Amino acid sequence: MQAEAAVPASVRRPVVLPIVGLAIAAAVLIALFMVINAAGLWGYVLPRRAVRVGAMALSGIVIGVSTVIFQSITANRILTPGVMGLDRLYVLIQSALIYVLGSAHPWVSNLRTNFVLCTAAMALFAVALHRLFLDGKRTNIYVMLLIGVVAGTLFDSLASFLVVLIDPNEFLIIQSRMFASFNRVTVGLLWPAALMSLAVLAWAAPALRYLDVLALGRDHAVSLGVDYPRAVRRLLIAVFLLVAVSTALVGPITFLGLIVANLAYELLDTYRRGPLMAASALGGVIALVGGQLVLEHLLVFSVPLPVLINFAGGMLFMYLLLKERSAW
Amino acid sequence: MVEAHAIVKRYGPKTVLDQVSVAVQPGQLTSFIGPNGAGKSTLLSIMTRLVPADSGEVRLDGRPLSRYDSRELARRISVLRQFNHVPLRLTVRELVSFGRFPYSQGRLTKADEAAVERALAAMELEDIQHKLLDQLSGGQRQRAFIAMVIAQETDYVFLDEPLNNVDMKHTVQVMKLLRRLVEEEGRSVVVVMHDVNLAAYYSDRVVALKEGCVAFDGPARDVMEPATLKDVFDIEVAVGEVHSCRVCVYFAEAAQLLANGRAAQDVVVPGLR
Repeated sequence: MQAEAAVPASVRRPVVLPIVGLAIAAAVLIALFMVINAAGLWGYVLPRRAVRVGAMALSGIVIGVSTVIFQSITANRILTPGVMGLDRLYVLIQSALIYVLGSAHPWVSNLRTNFVLCTAAMALFAVALHRLFLDGKRTNIYVMLLIGVVAGTLFDSLASFLVVLIDPNEFLIIQSRMFASFNRVTVGLLWPAALMSLAVLAWAAPALRYLDVLALGRDHAVSLGVDYPRAVRRLLIAVFLLVAVSTALVGPITFLGLIVANLAYELLDTYRRGPLMAASALGGVIALVGGQLVLEHLLVFSVPLPVLINFAGGMLFMYLLLKERSAW
Repeated sequence: MVEAHAIVKRYGPKTVLDQVSVAVQPGQLTSFIGPNGAGKSTLLSIMTRLVPADSGEVRLDGRPLSRYDSRELARRISVLRQFNHVPLRLTVRELVSFGRFPYSQGRLTKADEAAVERALAAMELEDIQHKLLDQLSGGQRQRAFIAMVIAQETDYVFLDEPLNNVDMKHTVQVMKLLRRLVEEEGRSVVVVMHDVNLAAYYSDRVVALKEGCVAFDGPARDVMEPATLKDVFDIEVAVGEVHSCRVCVYFAEAAQLLANGRAAQDVVVPGLR
């Protein structure tokens, strides 16, 4: 029809291609990580590497997805769930346990018990924040975020205080837990963490389809029939639980979410949160597995991976702050 | 019918709405007019559940809004607020498609696409439907948002100053479209407006608010009285007729004419009749 020919075509680039590209890149990196330098020792090398790759993939996916959810709800692309102070609570819990009980106590040395304790404490903190600031009537996300930031600083200070008091030998153990590490993850931790993440995602799934509308802002979301407080509450709790699980598993990786979520926004020409979450999750896997590969084989372990990621993420954060004038 | 019953709203010590009761009749175009800070926008927000009232109740067909399921309500009442900043990079068509969310939850059916097409056509947005919102002028963006609300196809449409940033030609286009929604599709439209002339001409009914109370509530034509308008807006207003259309003149010279004791009819622009 003549009239239809006059209408300009859609300006959007297809989203499938970049996602497939990311998936292939992630698969290749995982395969490389599994087989590189393994010559002959398959039986020994593969299972060990599989656990580490599993931990990296799980935390990459969890951080990628939870950051996109968090940024959609807060309508902000430089916030990450990290601002809520969960990672600093993690360091505080570790410091407190070691200070009070000593590093030989099973709550510290038994990684499984330690994992359960940390997850429980962080989940408790997240739910408490929600109860206080997101009850049925008020839905003030920003007040809640602010309290989270302040609480995070408090946790940080308390942890520093404990570290000053602590025995220098014990301090070494705290220090090793202050940064993310994939080397201490065992199969016994990986499975429960993966199952918990899956369960949380399944619980949040009904609210995920509201993400596109929530990103329009509260008024539009309400007008379009979203039960705003309920949807936001469920999604935020899910985000915190996911971050809690990931942090308890491998330790804090503050800036990873910022990097991979923004990478997804740049790479995909869409506002739709589904593809964005997929790209962000794959980006998380690529960043962690690829980073670890570069680290082990090019940099010969000269710096820990989180330092590398936080360095790159910090640069990106500065860049985003400087160009934040324009909307996304 | 959407009824606001004895609505009270306070922001700190300031009472924005004081026991306001208004009923929006189905199949009518109702305008809320009044000076800045009279509570028009707040009343509209409360009647559309965007803002909770301190006391009082809003009912849709006799049932309180709070007792409706949010998705069901989104198919009955749509609302467009005054400041519409969207933090996403959306094209016009994508924005308008959001209006179908209450029906399809994001997965557009054929019927949804058709409704989007109709809304785009009604606002003459077909040519720019694939442009990004941040590439548009203020007026174009405003029309895109109105199209989103139209695509929602609700019985009641609430618009808070939809004519902001819209030029004369498109102002008339928007008002005619709202009239058509009322007359041809039997929908009810509520508009917050500043232009009394437009309100009186296009509305069936005008509700004037002043300092949180209803100062006038009646047929649109009756609001066009110098005394009524002076009471609402606190300035001298002259009312006359141009081409059998009642208009008011409220800027300095008109007031001067009135103050000089001349009849309102004199204000009619001589060359036009």
